[in-house]
Amino acid sequence: MQIEFDLNGNSVKADVEPRTTLADCIRNNLEQTGTHLACEHGVCGACTVLVNGEAVRSCLMLAVQAENEKVVTVEGLSGDELTPLQAAFRKHHALQCGFCTPGFITTAHALLSHEPDADEERIREVLSGNLCRCSGYIPIVEAVLEARGSYRNEGGK
Amino acid sequence: MKVSNSYIGRPMERVEDLRLVRGAGTYVADVNRPNQLYAVILRSSTAHGIIKSIDTEAALALEGVHAVLTAKDFGNAVPRIPLRLQPLPQLETFHQPVVADGKVRYVGEPVAVVIADSQAIAEDALEYVGLDIESLAPVANRAHAEAKKSLLFEEHGSNVAITWKAFRGNADEAFKTADYVRRERFRVQRHAAMFMEPRGFVAEWDSAAGKLTVWGAAKTAWYNRRTLAAQLGLDVEAVDLVEVDVGGGFGSRGEFYPEDFLIPAAAKIVGRPVKWIEDRREHMMSANHARDVECEVEFAATRDGKFIGLRGQAWCDTGAYVRTNGSVGPRNVAQYMSGPYCFEHIDIKSSMLTTNKTPCGTYRGPGRYETDFIRERMIDLAAQDLKIDRVELRRRNLVADAQMPYPLASITPYDSSTELDSGDYHAVFDRCLREFNWEEKSKLRGQLIDGYYHGLAVGSFIEGGAAGPKEEVRLVLEPGGLLTVYMGSSSVGQGLETIMAQIAADAMEISYDKITILHGSTSYVKDGYGAYHSRSTVMGGSAILVGSEKLKCLIREKAAAHFGCAPGDVSLEDEQATFRQSSIPFGELSEEPLEIEAEFFNKKYTWAYGTQAAHVAVDPGTGHVKVLDYMSVEDVGRMINPLTLHGQALGSIVQGLGGAFLEHLVYDDEGQLLTGSFADYLMPTASDFPKIESITLELKPCPNNPLGAKGAGEGGLIPVGGLMANAIADALSHLNVQPMELPLSPPRIWQLAEDASAEVSPV
Repeated sequence: MQIEFDLNGNSVKADVEPRTTLADCIRNNLEQTGTHLACEHGVCGACTVLVNGEAVRSCLMLAVQAENEKVVTVEGLSGDELTPLQAAFRKHHALQCGFCTPGFITTAHALLSHEPDADEERIREVLSGNLCRCSGYIPIVEAVLEARGSYRNEGGK
Repeated sequence: MKVSNSYIGRPMERVEDLRLVRGAGTYVADVNRPNQLYAVILRSSTAHGIIKSIDTEAALALEGVHAVLTAKDFGNAVPRIPLRLQPLPQLETFHQPVVADGKVRYVGEPVAVVIADSQAIAEDALEYVGLDIESLAPVANRAHAEAKKSLLFEEHGSNVAITWKAFRGNADEAFKTADYVRRERFRVQRHAAMFMEPRGFVAEWDSAAGKLTVWGAAKTAWYNRRTLAAQLGLDVEAVDLVEVDVGGGFGSRGEFYPEDFLIPAAAKIVGRPVKWIEDRREHMMSANHARDVECEVEFAATRDGKFIGLRGQAWCDTGAYVRTNGSVGPRNVAQYMSGPYCFEHIDIKSSMLTTNKTPCGTYRGPGRYETDFIRERMIDLAAQDLKIDRVELRRRNLVADAQMPYPLASITPYDSSTELDSGDYHAVFDRCLREFNWEEKSKLRGQLIDGYYHGLAVGSFIEGGAAGPKEEVRLVLEPGGLLTVYMGSSSVGQGLETIMAQIAADAMEISYDKITILHGSTSYVKDGYGAYHSRSTVMGGSAILVGSEKLKCLIREKAAAHFGCAPGDVSLEDEQATFRQSSIPFGELSEEPLEIEAEFFNKKYTWAYGTQAAHVAVDPGTGHVKVLDYMSVEDVGRMINPLTLHGQALGSIVQGLGGAFLEHLVYDDEGQLLTGSFADYLMPTASDFPKIESITLELKPCPNNPLGAKGAGEGGLIPVGGLMANAIADALSHLNVQPMELPLSPPRIWQLAEDASAEVSPV
């Protein structure tokens, strides 16, 4: 099937089977490999992307469901410079192997875009839907807490 | 500007992060080759059985399917996977074939490889393979294994693959005369490293050049290359393993698995590149499992609390085969039981049982996590029996600074003698208690507050690192002054590029941003060893120091020729060679790159050490445990990057908490894996353990390497199980609840509290 949607600000077309997930479409058809697959059953959150600004697990969404929607992956968040959220991840050593990181960054971006004043407990609650095996989470929470300021001031990126 | 000695010890933000936070890393699933096909592996759903037939016809008839490969396609004799560590000849019987060869021995064992135009078509084709397996009685646990009614390897005559024996002094005599002896039985459940990035390979065979290239290497590329070349009958030089970004290892990733052979072999057979990426369920039944130890242990002490001896027998459920590093955990269970304490008499046997489960290998702190649970529990029980404060009891028995180097127990049948190299164990112990505020918090012990009973625990640990025999580097100073360091160390996500650039920058007195670290791929150096046993910083870092001295000699020679003086008259500073008043930048010394190779040899392990303390609150009505406070203090000799080291400690502790409370690979009596998804296999999340502190010290530099560093990637996790069990026992001391088994899941704690309550106040 031919589908068309907006990916990171560009209109894209893809020829997919009805069973193709959005994650596979983004990675294989559209060659944006920043979205990672670690469980493919919707638990780990590594594949989280933004669909119309909401955090969505792209392994649980079919590509055809993205028709005419606005999809943003981790690649679509930053330009030449790191975003304040990405810079905070680096500063706080909130990643080691980096495989889960795109999912954490998209999830945290969606959270802070909606709730720039989220407190630590709320941040932990929302991030508890993503698995990280390296960091112990504490540095991730510190990074997200620090990045809140930029969302309050600029509404995000 | 003088740049010397300015990077080591600084919390440098990581070079790696610049690509990884943007999603611009390249993991193996991101590697694609022109014209590639996709592999999917058919795995046994039977735990134990004889393969009667494999009918591939219908699968081959499916459009887009190129091949269905089974044992008969991989030569007259199906290759076996040799042991990388402790390669004892008596274990050859238990080497895993790269694909099931007549018999299947665990659920998940590869039986066939389907090659197709897409992963989806290959997965569809699995349904069309007719696999007829005649079931044999499964050996699903220790009781089955010991009953011997069913044998995994009939020719061996038993399900005990091997028994390791740690010994020191004369335990039998010492136990006869000891004032105090206690015997207990402990269990640590099967769990696993469970790194986030699934394993995978892309393999390409260039028939014209006779060259095989495999992307997706990790941990031990050079060893795996030799193994693969031998299995395929190729020269070692005809095989290149390429390391791209790696999404976590923790001991499990990068060992030579069946797929390490199957995917390259398939590429060679079909003549096109082949890509394989496992899914999570597949990972859970195929990558190494770990722990799964039952142990009966006796502990002897004098009346006044001086430890005398440890004696016991451990049964390690090894799974269906002995894999590349399968002996490490069971050996460590025996050899490292004594931990950081003085025990003059040790007699511990550790038997590896073959069962119809996924084979085991190392997972961060192998054998140490298990034995620390056992030993620290025993110490708290002894403290209770002997009526000696458990803090004081530990203090009395820690190895003293003056006793260093202190030998650990000897081990047989594969000798690996080692001694604790250095340390002030008492100073770190006291520092931890102070930082944790032990005295103040002790007031809460046993208190019931808002439905939760409060308890504390403290425990000490040792962490081995820096396995030999060597590491190799190649330093290339480019015209223009950029330095490239090629090295045999490999990255599994721990920040190698950053740490090694810090070491190289200081050693060469070259600015950090002029250095590129390239690692882990077999084309970089002749014979690398890789990343295991917390060895990269010590072994790879020390090799950089050795290499830097050689490169400086070469620079001096070149400069001497330029100046017309003797090399000894040239001084090097600020990236310039200077003779009297004349200077020349390194980058202008030669129009050709200046290149040297160097090796660092070392067979002595480093022994980092530390103490942890924890404060928990337990709800006996639900079995729920809150970890309120966690303090870890570790001495690593010398710290290269506080930021990354702190990250290792925190991440490691949380993994340990996962093992203590949540993670469990459960099998039923038929050998079926019941926990095949992240919905069944619980791992810590961001809301579980919010308060953990870690302090790293540089008290006692390691005497055995020029950096003075000690391997420190595993320590955090090692004492966690014991600490949590002791803290729970402390909280529920009014009930005399004594956890002897991990995980400390809510149902288990609830049951222990229920049983104890019934005993305390019978209805």
